[in-house]
Amino acid sequence: MKPIAILTQVLEVIAALAVAPLFVGWINQCRAWLQNRSAPSIWLPYRGIRKLFHKDAVIAENASPFFRLAPYVVFGAMVVAAAIIPSMGTRLPLSTAADAIALVGLLATARVFMSLAAMDVGTAFGSLGGRREMMVGFLAEPALLMVIFVASLISATTALPTITERLATQSLGLYPSLAFTAIAFTLVLLAENARIPVDNPSTHLELTMIHEAMLLEYSARHLALLEWASALKLFNYACIGFALFVPWGVSTQAGGPAELLASIPILLLKLTFAGAGLAFVETVSAKLRVFRVPEFLATAFLFAVLGLLVHLLLGA
Amino acid sequence: VTLQISSPLDACLALLGLWSLIGLAGLLRPRSIALVGRTLFPVSALCGVVLAVVAALNLTAAPEQAVLVIGLPDLPMHMRLDALTCFFLVLLGAASAGISMFAAGYFRRGLGAMPGLLCLQYHLFLASMGFLLLADDAYAFMVAWETMALSSYFLVTTQHGIAEIRRAGFIYLLIAHVGAIAILLAFGVMQGGSWRFTFDAMRGASLTPEHAALAFLLALFGFSAKAGLVPLHVWLPEAHPAAPSPVSALMSGVMLKTAIYGVLRVTFDLLGEAQWWWGLAPLAIGLFSAFYGVVFAAVQTDMKRLLAYSSIENIGIIFTGLGLAIIFHGVSMPSLEALALIALLYHCLNHAMIKSLLFLGTGAVLHSTGERNLGRLGGLIHRMPWVAWLTLIGALAMAGLPPLNGFVSEWLLLQAFLFAHEVPRTFVNMLLPMGAAVIALAAALSAYVMVKFFGVIFLGQPREPALARAHDAGLLERLGLLWLAAACLVLGLIPSQIIGALRVVAAQLSGAALPTSDAPWWLLVPLPDRETSYSALVLFVAIIAVVAVTALGVRLFYHRRVRRAPAWDSGFGGLDARMQDSAEGFGQPIRRIFQSFFAIEREVPAPGDVRPLYRIVVGDRIWRALYEPMEPFVKRIADAFAWLQQGRIATYLLYSFITLVVLLALVL
Repeated sequence: MKPIAILTQVLEVIAALAVAPLFVGWINQCRAWLQNRSAPSIWLPYRGIRKLFHKDAVIAENASPFFRLAPYVVFGAMVVAAAIIPSMGTRLPLSTAADAIALVGLLATARVFMSLAAMDVGTAFGSLGGRREMMVGFLAEPALLMVIFVASLISATTALPTITERLATQSLGLYPSLAFTAIAFTLVLLAENARIPVDNPSTHLELTMIHEAMLLEYSARHLALLEWASALKLFNYACIGFALFVPWGVSTQAGGPAELLASIPILLLKLTFAGAGLAFVETVSAKLRVFRVPEFLATAFLFAVLGLLVHLLLGA
Repeated sequence: VTLQISSPLDACLALLGLWSLIGLAGLLRPRSIALVGRTLFPVSALCGVVLAVVAALNLTAAPEQAVLVIGLPDLPMHMRLDALTCFFLVLLGAASAGISMFAAGYFRRGLGAMPGLLCLQYHLFLASMGFLLLADDAYAFMVAWETMALSSYFLVTTQHGIAEIRRAGFIYLLIAHVGAIAILLAFGVMQGGSWRFTFDAMRGASLTPEHAALAFLLALFGFSAKAGLVPLHVWLPEAHPAAPSPVSALMSGVMLKTAIYGVLRVTFDLLGEAQWWWGLAPLAIGLFSAFYGVVFAAVQTDMKRLLAYSSIENIGIIFTGLGLAIIFHGVSMPSLEALALIALLYHCLNHAMIKSLLFLGTGAVLHSTGERNLGRLGGLIHRMPWVAWLTLIGALAMAGLPPLNGFVSEWLLLQAFLFAHEVPRTFVNMLLPMGAAVIALAAALSAYVMVKFFGVIFLGQPREPALARAHDAGLLERLGLLWLAAACLVLGLIPSQIIGALRVVAAQLSGAALPTSDAPWWLLVPLPDRETSYSALVLFVAIIAVVAVTALGVRLFYHRRVRRAPAWDSGFGGLDARMQDSAEGFGQPIRRIFQSFFAIEREVPAPGDVRPLYRIVVGDRIWRALYEPMEPFVKRIADAFAWLQQGRIATYLLYSFITLVVLLALVL
């Protein structure tokens, strides 16, 4: 194992942990500007997490040990996922342990733990949130898998770094199938990260909330870990999107330390644009009724399947 | 008489004989729990372990044959031990070891039948499954097949005082026999005019393509009745809840796999050259069953029915793998064929362990609370921590989450699907990868089902006051659960080693070899030229490491202060257990999204109702569309022949006599 590979690996995990809350802060700032509000500080998510770590944990009387275990598992799964996704370089020793399908499985593990933890206290909100989260998940997960399948068919492997490497290093070609899957992926990203139009991260309205309903019983360090994990999840999804659709600028197998160093500002640049785009989408769209969410996700799934069919028909 | 055990085949037969003897020993003192429960069942579990070990050690050996002296004159029973048989014997032995250990603690009170009698039926069931796997002629196979069906029928109807259970048993027996007739006919076609019914003769018989296809379709029909593929699935959700839990575990975990064994044996071994288009039938039916089963599982309110529907899903996944394997075989793509075969065998093994574990978990809950309805359970993780945490492993594995075992086989199957577009048949090669979409959807839905299953039973608040008296499982039951949970973990964490063994089975069965790779032992690389790899162990260690570092960091830099307070009630007060999501509520999104699948009867109370009652029944459309219209027709035929039923033994003896005379006249 080359030292640069280990360096890339360590750098990626640290970058993910450090940048993820900043990404959330940036989206919130953009959204505030677009909505003609005065924007909160971009550092607010960090302060929120720090504050929560210092607080005393209040846990419901009938919470089981599972309730206290789940935040750590969710956080752990997200960190490991961040280590697998080639956000800065494709030489990732850990990513031999999990290909793109296993990555989807890892994200599903986090989801299942989150939903089960939400059901643990046994309040109306918690189980409602858990159920809705699983409803979103069972439609979004296969859609994401189909998106990855198309990219895998193009590059003849399911190993995510190899997919990125092949997409990044070949001559710039137009893949109609990737266009379809990019739409599908955007819809999945919105749904999986509890963004408008599927969920609203900034309300606690019981008729619509999904993600916040699951967190309702959590406080202090557990909540801090979950907030951090959901920031990481958003970061991870953005990086999966970059790896599949805008793979340029990552440090490839042939690249040296200079390229790795250069990939940091490139990643930040991609995140800046992605965050602004996400804030724009969230501003121009309205929240869907929960009944409509399956249709939204079925659309994503069908787009991804269409992308697959297009690839098989056109071979591109 | 001295018994000489000189070969692995003898050892296997001796162990099956021992199982039968244990069953008979139960009759010595049929009401004694100390003898039957505490002594015979643990010994039987030990037999299972020994059987699994013997079979596993013999996996790579050359096939071994023997002729048994028992049987009819001039019709001896042929036995054969090859890699495929060894694999399924490992499955039988390992799964039954956990189940028998659990059963040792489970059969303690009156369950409608004497423990000794149950012990006999249970062990006959076990022995007949083992005998079936060893059988090397159609005659021995059918005898074992019928013994298996009958002994499990009696086990299903243990509590025959209840009309519903008698009905469930009847449906089971009926479909089992419809299937058996088809299998018998398939053997009739496969002997190919030689009128010799040994499997050796069938291997040598040269069939026309039409006859081979006919035999395949008959076998597929017959075995899918036992496996519970849609539309022959109707017995499964009836019989599994009716049977005592260890029996449900054995039926779902092991017996369904004997059907997979049968169809593999017929397709790849006895028929020899499979055409590629044969694969389309199991593929299509398998995909449909996988989807159908999991959608129905999501709306169930009875925990054992939920698991039964989930079994239909998993059998569907296995048949999908079979379809792929046949297609790859027919177009000579051996490495992908081997991959699909290995995926399906792996899934058989995984499902045997996981589903047994889950059924035993529900058994422990049922034992402790007397309740099968999800709507009356909840919060049991506090009262039954052992059962809850061990069942959690099974639930996560069933949900197909890494690093547990359910994920590995689905991963392998998806890998096989991913390269199905290389099949040199236009149109089909475009449709095949679409199957991956169905498998992905079914896998994601099964996570939904498992969250519902585990969350509603074990998490939350107890929905009934009586649940406060629930007690955890006893020592023997815990041991059984522990064994199966450990199997799920091991099968998940060292997939390369398991695949190394399955590679031998696939190679011997169809001659298809999976390319070897020089990857380290902890890394799974199914097809080296695809550069794809997976390592559950590294993933597991990585997650554990991050969790440990995080927990340690939080403890070092911050504090561990915890305050307990009542759950947040939004400031309104009066939060109670009935406000939690019910099982019906949890199924609501699925009912809404897949409305057209279900036959839903709903009673919604009027707005001003003083005693509002909400009732919803989710029915099976296939039952209504396919089975119910058959009823008057069948009844008319039955009525026409009713005069045959005289109710006097002398008359029936006369029938036997006439049958014999007619048969003799035909033969001589």
